[in-house]
Amino acid sequence: MKSVIAENLVKTYDKGAVKALNGLNLDVEEGTVLGVLGPNGAGKTTTVRILATLLTPDSGHATVAGIDVIKNPDQVREVIGLSGQYAAVDETLTGWDNLVMFSRLYHLSPSASKKRAEELLEQFSLTDAAKRPIRTYSGGMRRRLDLAASLIVRPKILFLDEPTTGLDPRGRQEMWGVIESLVKDGTTLLLTTQYLEEADQLADDIAVIDHGTVIARGTSDQLKRQVGGERLEIVAESQDLKKVTEIVERVSGGKALVEESSRQVSAPVTTGSKALIEAARSLDDAGIHPLDIGLKRPSLDDVFIALTGHAAEDKKEEEVVDPRARKRKKK
Amino acid sequence: MKHAVSDSLVVTKRQLLQLIRVPEVLIFSTIQPVMFVLLFRYVFGGSISTGIPGVDYVQLLMPGIFVQTVAFTLAGTAVGLAEDMQKGLIDRFRSLPISRSAVVFGRALGDSTLNIVVLTVMGLAGYLVGWRPSSGFLNVILGFAFLLLFGFAMSWIGVLIGLSVRSARVANAAVFIAVFPLTFLSNAFAPTTGMPKALQYFAEWNPVSTMVAGCRELFGLENIFGVTANSWPSQNPLEMSLIYMVLIMAVFIPLSVRKYINTAAK
Repeated sequence: MKSVIAENLVKTYDKGAVKALNGLNLDVEEGTVLGVLGPNGAGKTTTVRILATLLTPDSGHATVAGIDVIKNPDQVREVIGLSGQYAAVDETLTGWDNLVMFSRLYHLSPSASKKRAEELLEQFSLTDAAKRPIRTYSGGMRRRLDLAASLIVRPKILFLDEPTTGLDPRGRQEMWGVIESLVKDGTTLLLTTQYLEEADQLADDIAVIDHGTVIARGTSDQLKRQVGGERLEIVAESQDLKKVTEIVERVSGGKALVEESSRQVSAPVTTGSKALIEAARSLDDAGIHPLDIGLKRPSLDDVFIALTGHAAEDKKEEEVVDPRARKRKKK
Repeated sequence: MKHAVSDSLVVTKRQLLQLIRVPEVLIFSTIQPVMFVLLFRYVFGGSISTGIPGVDYVQLLMPGIFVQTVAFTLAGTAVGLAEDMQKGLIDRFRSLPISRSAVVFGRALGDSTLNIVVLTVMGLAGYLVGWRPSSGFLNVILGFAFLLLFGFAMSWIGVLIGLSVRSARVANAAVFIAVFPLTFLSNAFAPTTGMPKALQYFAEWNPVSTMVAGCRELFGLENIFGVTANSWPSQNPLEMSLIYMVLIMAVFIPLSVRKYINTAAK
């Protein structure tokens, strides 16, 4: 059964000048995790806001747990949890205050609210910080509390909008642990992220979106397969990069991607370990000692670049100004 | 909706909890009006004559400062809501299965509760500097109830502003520009008869003036300090003030609730 269905969602801002969603289609199977992956401005947050009843689409149709989000938003709110990009809790209050308040707003009795607050603080390892104002929390603690607040009534469907954006690596790891344990309990989850790694780690299924539409859909493996085989990657000293590029292009028979800052040269190869040996031999002949050499399976980053022509995390100004121009060019 | 009242009270309680967790807010929002009491009482009090034997300036001043303070309720409301919007808290509230009016009603109620504290402290400060209402206990209480109702009405204007602006800072600036002249183009601190003619008419119809005049009546003073045109509001300040309050609420409550429902942060 599909827990979430979005059909042909269109949303424009500023009287049509900015098209946030351009006929977006999505669905999430019950008990699974869908990762919605895309750069800033792709329409991730708009999608979540529509599904969580915060925003009405210009056109299109969406249901959550079989309930129409446009016609019956109140019923939808009873079954969902939402945790947004910014930790939406009251910073002046303590973690305890916040959870009790939100429990009361979910219409738990005062005593049940206290009990639930205690459970959640325990579950999210925040018991020690319970009586401290949120503004003294670390970024990771805030996100955990925010997530806890969205789980008060054990929602059937949880929306997480960029749950780890802005967190340090440790905070991200903690958040992932928490999310993984929720998923194990069978919560249906729609998660947006601009981190490919995150989608790879947490999601059963990934929808890549760009300029308000889904441009690819599948499991992480399926998407990687779309990009094709492996990549030969060589890291070398700066002065050797030119020579290394020549070798990589000869071995792969295609154009190499050179990243000056990380001194890395890479290109897709079809001949597997044979390419690797050939490259190593050529380097040796040229007297170059690479810092690193290897064959890499494609990452979701590669998928993203292959699908959209730009990396997931850098969105150039001109693309934002006229999103459709580039798309036409690609077709 | 069956939870409308209890939801609002939870939101109000949150605001009162904030005051306990960050007592500075309460301290400063009381110090400011008390400071006004002292400044006006001792800076202007000596040079402004009421023209009535036996009535000194402080008797006229206190109702003026009370009204000014509750008029500024809308600043707190607007800033508080703008902050909640900015921080995404309004989004979270809107994703909860709560009554659509609970958040804004709760906020307006919370700000009125804060007014009770502020007015109490101001009343005591006034008493210390010589304010003596002569109308008897019941009328004094009625006067304060009247002030609280005015603050409640004003905070609905603040709700709409807070939900409409982009940031708390804008809200604060916008409110200041709107309310400050309103409180001074009135009979609150000086006789309106000294103003240019056009301003006198404005001052006479100004809700702040009718409120001040109304409170002066309830605290046992004649309506002095500016009757130019013998207009209906200056003759019937209590009635006129009530009409103003009902009008403000009739316009701004539905607008605010609608704004809350349709609002899309950012």
